[in-house]
Amino acid sequence: MNKKMLAEEIIRISGTDPKKCMKCGKCSGSCPAYDDMEYHPHQFVSMIINGNVDPLMVSESVYSCLTCFACAERCPRGVEPAKLIEAVRLFKLREKGKNRMSAEDVSAFCDADMPQQAIVSAFRKYAK
Amino acid sequence: MQRIGVFVCWCGSNIAGTVDVKQVAKALENEPGVVYSTDYQYMCSQAGQDMIVNAVKEHRLTGIVVCSCSPRMHEQTFRKTAAKAGLNPYMVEIANIREQCSWVHKDMIVGTEKAIILGKAAVAKVNLNAPLTPGESPVTKRALVIGGGIAGIQTALDIADAGFEVDIVEKKPTIGGKMAQLDKTFPTLDCAACILTPKMVDVAQHEKIRVFSFSEVSEVSGFVGNFEVTIKKKARYVKEDICTGCGACVDKCPVKKVPNEFNLGMDNRKAIYIPFAQAVPKVATIDPNACNMLKAGKCGVCSKVCTAGAIDYTQKDELVTEKYGAIVVATGFEPISMEKFDEYAYSQSKDVITSLEFERLTNAAGPTQGKLLRPSDLKHPEKIVFVQCVGSRCASCAEKGKEYCSKICCMYTAKHAMLTRDKYPDTDVTVFYIDVRTPGKNFDEFYRRATEDYGVKYIKGMVGKIVPEGDKLHVQGSDLIANEQVHIDADLVVLAAAIEPDKSARPLATMLTASMDTNDFFTEAHPKLRPVESPTAGVFLSGACQGPKDIPETVSQAGAAAAKVIGLLAKDKLLGNPCVASSDENMCNGCSSCANVCPYGAITYEDKEFRMPDRTIQVRRIAKVNPAVCQGCGCCTVTCPSGAMDLRGFTNSQIMAEVDAICK
Amino acid sequence: MQVKEFKPLIVAFCCNWCSYAGADLAGNNRADYPADVKIIRLPCSCRVNPMFILKAFQKGADGVILCGCLPGDCHYTSGNYYTRRRMAMLFSMLDFLGIERERTRVEWVSAAEGAKFAATMNDFVATVKALGENKRLEDLRCKK
Repeated sequence: MNKKMLAEEIIRISGTDPKKCMKCGKCSGSCPAYDDMEYHPHQFVSMIINGNVDPLMVSESVYSCLTCFACAERCPRGVEPAKLIEAVRLFKLREKGKNRMSAEDVSAFCDADMPQQAIVSAFRKYAK
Repeated sequence: MQRIGVFVCWCGSNIAGTVDVKQVAKALENEPGVVYSTDYQYMCSQAGQDMIVNAVKEHRLTGIVVCSCSPRMHEQTFRKTAAKAGLNPYMVEIANIREQCSWVHKDMIVGTEKAIILGKAAVAKVNLNAPLTPGESPVTKRALVIGGGIAGIQTALDIADAGFEVDIVEKKPTIGGKMAQLDKTFPTLDCAACILTPKMVDVAQHEKIRVFSFSEVSEVSGFVGNFEVTIKKKARYVKEDICTGCGACVDKCPVKKVPNEFNLGMDNRKAIYIPFAQAVPKVATIDPNACNMLKAGKCGVCSKVCTAGAIDYTQKDELVTEKYGAIVVATGFEPISMEKFDEYAYSQSKDVITSLEFERLTNAAGPTQGKLLRPSDLKHPEKIVFVQCVGSRCASCAEKGKEYCSKICCMYTAKHAMLTRDKYPDTDVTVFYIDVRTPGKNFDEFYRRATEDYGVKYIKGMVGKIVPEGDKLHVQGSDLIANEQVHIDADLVVLAAAIEPDKSARPLATMLTASMDTNDFFTEAHPKLRPVESPTAGVFLSGACQGPKDIPETVSQAGAAAAKVIGLLAKDKLLGNPCVASSDENMCNGCSSCANVCPYGAITYEDKEFRMPDRTIQVRRIAKVNPAVCQGCGCCTVTCPSGAMDLRGFTNSQIMAEVDAICK
Repeated sequence: MQVKEFKPLIVAFCCNWCSYAGADLAGNNRADYPADVKIIRLPCSCRVNPMFILKAFQKGADGVILCGCLPGDCHYTSGNYYTRRRMAMLFSMLDFLGIERERTRVEWVSAAEGAKFAATMNDFVATVKALGENKRLEDLRCKK
């Protein structure tokens, strides 16, 4: 899959239109996990518009996103960067044989006191 | 049966070079209705026109077909010729055999063939032409201006200076509008009151201008030149003609804690009040929701101290009906509500204010006498953050903001930032911006001065959230150029709120049948060529009711609207376009389809009695077209399911006849 | 045997304010287009009743083209939007009747686009020529 198709696939999964972005930076201004990210939400959007997806696929930034949806809530143009980040995560999951971890390993990572990030994000996604 | 004369023009060699004019004239001779056919070198010349006049008389012609250049060129000429010959000018049709025949085709045979067909189509049409007379309607030589802000004031002054009477209707107790609330105006920084109040005085003193303050338009009927408007004068419980505006009542009024609208609730006024010192008319108004006398029948202090005896607790709303020839809408704008922008903590902290509130804070007549003090604790703010585009350019949140750019915020924010740094050089001023838009005379220079000479910090990025922490406001935003998140502990945050049309605009548009866009801005008749006219004839637009505008633009549009009104009122009679729609009352079933598509609101309905063959009387709802309002587009004719609606000059049968003639 | 060249009969409905003026400009610029096109002038493209188009086909027209102002530029504010919707309906009906879609067309031509008017007409005539005669809707009784 070439870069352009990759970007298009991510946009398709996300269900948003990053071209609506007017580069105001309110997403990055809202992000509580900003300092933990290599690529910040506004960069994320512009990288996907430009088809520059490869660095995102290998970046840890994708997992720094708390999926709190502050950027999605406040974005004045309805781009909703959180959905794009979620789409990259989903895409990586869907790539066959390239799971970030195997299902058996999950329990080892689980903190007994904390629900899994995937569950939390799923709840947030459908509660919206 | 018509007696038609055909006149084929050579146009020198322009037509005759490619079209055999003799053959055309000969071919058309045998068309139905044609009794005379000839050709001449220059039909539009005096000799050519005389030839037509003579032929009309000699052959008793009832219709004329001129095969010549485009009707856009000489239709008027030949209509006048027909009138000279005693014919109805609308009995003339032109076959365009120059622009659409001889000039675009090279072959003589082909050109002649087409010219004959075009001529036949014109003959077919004239056979069905009927004499048309433009409707006449008188013009009431008085204009109504709705809204007394700078737009309404300027329009009224310009119209009145031309010698016509003008009435201004203003819903607030004083004229002046938003501009009266401003401190200084960009880009020259002259004080708003210094340039506005003299104009307000001019309005008050102008013998041709009447001001209905504290009044609203409640009903509009009629059409261009003949509007009838009912104005509701709201009860102010003070006799306007007697009150001298001395203010003794205001001084003595015991009800002191009513939020002052003029200062946007940042300080208090009395129950009886004069909005500001330079108000026009300078008359007190009693707020019935606050006054003890009106609420409980106890007090009456103002009445006792008023030496003129102007207080009247029994005053009622009064309806005044007036006739006008033209109506100017100048209802202006208001900033949108910030309540829904939770992330900016506007409702949580008094120190998050809008730009209009900031204007009042810096104004010498404002709640702090012009000293920049923050509203919560009246301390001098050391760190101020300005946030631009709050609610503007907001596509995803229709319930919160507006999709358009509010146009004025970039400049007033630069002005606020600059003035703050100028008066208080110790303050730290930061502006968050998405784009700085300064397309105006001396605008960009002004903005550059704010950064270069006054040291205002501009950060490209947007504020994500504001959290009140102690007596500070924690501002978290992004700096897109440094690619980092910024955290500022500010003392005061100023939000550049988007502007929207005044709430009264929508019901007013319904009354006027003037169209509006999805944002409730009034639509202009043509975005480029008729920017100050509404598509509804006789209704004109001035100022921000048509779209976001700054003061210079508003004033120029106000002048333009006034010029259009003067042009209208200068006429004694309005001659309509006779090519308008009309409905056949026997066929109309009153379905309203036509009224729904009419862009001008020219169609109304009435109940009419019909005598049926069995001698009973039936009442049916039928459409009526107002010929003074109809512009003749013909949209309704196609929409009409019963075929009752037709367009004079372009009737269904005429167009069908043309199609027939071409396809023969 | 010499085959006679097929000359299509094209009826063009033009609005007075934009496309008719565009046609005049084409004339002023001497921009060539086939004489098969015969123009009927109307106040607005929204004055075109679908019946006019059906009538033209019945009477033997091989193609009908409708020209109006560019969207947003209508002299009557919104007339061409009505045209667009009405013609979408009519064309789908013509489609249903088996009339080739290419025989009808709606074009927006401004008063400044003389060259575009001529180019449009050239293109349309070429298209209709390729389709040949209109036999499906033509009423043979109308023929002499």
